[in-house]
Amino acid sequence: MKFARIIFANLKRKPIRLLLTLGSFAVALLLFSFLAVVRGAFILNDVASANRLIVINRTSIINLIPLSYRDKILRIPGVTYVTHYNWFGGIYQREENFFPQFVIDPENQRQVMPELVVSDDQWNAFLKDRQGAIAGAKTAERFGWKIGDRIPIKTTLYGGGAWEFNLVGIYHGKRPQDDDTQFWFRWDYFEERIPQEVKGQIGWYVLRVKDPDDAPRVAKAIDAEFLNSPNETKTETESTWIANWVKQWGNIQVLILTIGGVVFFTLLLVTGNTMAISVRERTSELAVFKAIGFSDRSVLFFVLAESITISLVGGLTGLLLAKLLMPVLAKGLSSILPILILSWGILGLGLLTALLVGLLSGLLPGLGAMRLRIVNALRRV
Amino acid sequence: MVKVDGSGGNASLIKVRDLDKTYRRGGEEIHVLQGLNLDVDAGEFIAFMGPSGSGKTTLLNLLGGLDVPTRGSITVAGDEITHMSASRLTEWRARHVGFIFQMYNLIPVLTAFQNVELPLLLTKLSKAERRDHVETALSVVGLADRMTHFPRQLSGGQEQRVTIARAIVSDPTFLLCDEPTGDLDRKSADEIMALIEELVGKHSKTVLMVTHDAVVAERANTTLHLDKGVLVEGLQSGPRLTTVGGHA
Repeated sequence: MKFARIIFANLKRKPIRLLLTLGSFAVALLLFSFLAVVRGAFILNDVASANRLIVINRTSIINLIPLSYRDKILRIPGVTYVTHYNWFGGIYQREENFFPQFVIDPENQRQVMPELVVSDDQWNAFLKDRQGAIAGAKTAERFGWKIGDRIPIKTTLYGGGAWEFNLVGIYHGKRPQDDDTQFWFRWDYFEERIPQEVKGQIGWYVLRVKDPDDAPRVAKAIDAEFLNSPNETKTETESTWIANWVKQWGNIQVLILTIGGVVFFTLLLVTGNTMAISVRERTSELAVFKAIGFSDRSVLFFVLAESITISLVGGLTGLLLAKLLMPVLAKGLSSILPILILSWGILGLGLLTALLVGLLSGLLPGLGAMRLRIVNALRRV
Repeated sequence: MVKVDGSGGNASLIKVRDLDKTYRRGGEEIHVLQGLNLDVDAGEFIAFMGPSGSGKTTLLNLLGGLDVPTRGSITVAGDEITHMSASRLTEWRARHVGFIFQMYNLIPVLTAFQNVELPLLLTKLSKAERRDHVETALSVVGLADRMTHFPRQLSGGQEQRVTIARAIVSDPTFLLCDEPTGDLDRKSADEIMALIEELVGKHSKTVLMVTHDAVVAERANTTLHLDKGVLVEGLQSGPRLTTVGGHA
């Protein structure tokens, strides 16, 4: 493009100012990416399956439900598989080594959670070993575990002391957003060791329904089945359940959007001011362009091209930095937020935001340059 | 032939009729130009002189399509420019006018070559054709060896030469010079005037120039004097100025 030389020559006019503006874009987009990733980790909508329902005790999730409900749930039309979980809440070596430990029902785990994949050999080994355990790939990597390792986990909820597990398998999530940090062990081993008063009690059920559209009816039917019993249930789709879980953290989304909005607005002011100064410094030059025959639109184009180039280069630098630094952030936050994904969607949105800021920040000074009266501008020289 | 009484024929390159320009400052109307007539044939070299505020630069701006008159008409090579839309006037300027400013007004981040090339970017010329034109224009002004220099690396006289090259590169119908030597020492001013004379004499360019400097004005074929917005014949002394009817 024959005008590219003019645009780049103007961009290089004040190298330090250019670098600082590019830097402000890069830092803002880096922050934007981190905030978007953290927000995504809290929302977890992508994780939910449309045909899964969660059944918890109506009072709260920390109240248990009888195991005997399983067969009754299975008899409700539309339910295909039911599995159940208990929260173990143990400590591996030190408290800061947190990862979620679940007591699982080996019978239906793979049918209900098919996205968390364990090889058949490892699954068979799990079925054969009452003390067997399966760890998510991220947790195994984090602690350097290998198949055959003996993992001691101190219980905080069930009488104290360490429970020993044999690591027989490692699971992987099929999708990037799947949680690879869990630790599973068998219900029968758990049931054998827990105190008498909590035996036969599970934490929550997860079930699959035949038809996702039928899920609301199935949920109602389950809750109706246990109405007026000592342990009434609350059944929700997995996505609703996750959304309610997230609410316990406060309104993270508003917080993150507010910070993002402030960053965006600040960036707009910084680049808008830079572009305005840059155009003001060049008033007489722009007048010359117009005098020798460049149209008002060409002048607007030059100003917008500069601001959009700055925003694109700065934005791409920030997004590239985010891509490079994300593994470091993910490692640092793995115990709190196991799923940190810098998706193409976030990168695209970041680039679009940068473009929008570039366009808006160049528009006002560009329109000013466009409306410049040549005679007045030349008189200022 | 140059006429100021409105009696010029259709053959004139530039024809100005009953031109008024009024500015409003505060509540007061300032009549900068009043009922001005002018006919200029192709190949003329005219100097406009007059005290500050006499309307010299205003006239030049109107002739160059940078400003619009309050009343009257300007016709250049058959095109009446006074009623053109802003965008048509922009296109017209690109085709017909070469500007030479007192302060050179070069783009500091572009080289001499790139500055001269600017008007050609608005044409459909290929890159090679543009290069040929720019090299020719820079050769005419004697700066073929300074093509890659930035304005800050050139003297004032050289900068003005680049401005002249930029003004002539697209072969416009006429050149407008606003105090072309106003920022130069006498030697450089002489060189610039010699160059403008060469453009008129050798390349048959039509040049309209505003100047305060009587020595510079003497280099023109015709000198016209503007006083209080009126074009006055023969007020200036000197053999060339007693008539405005042609080359003295």
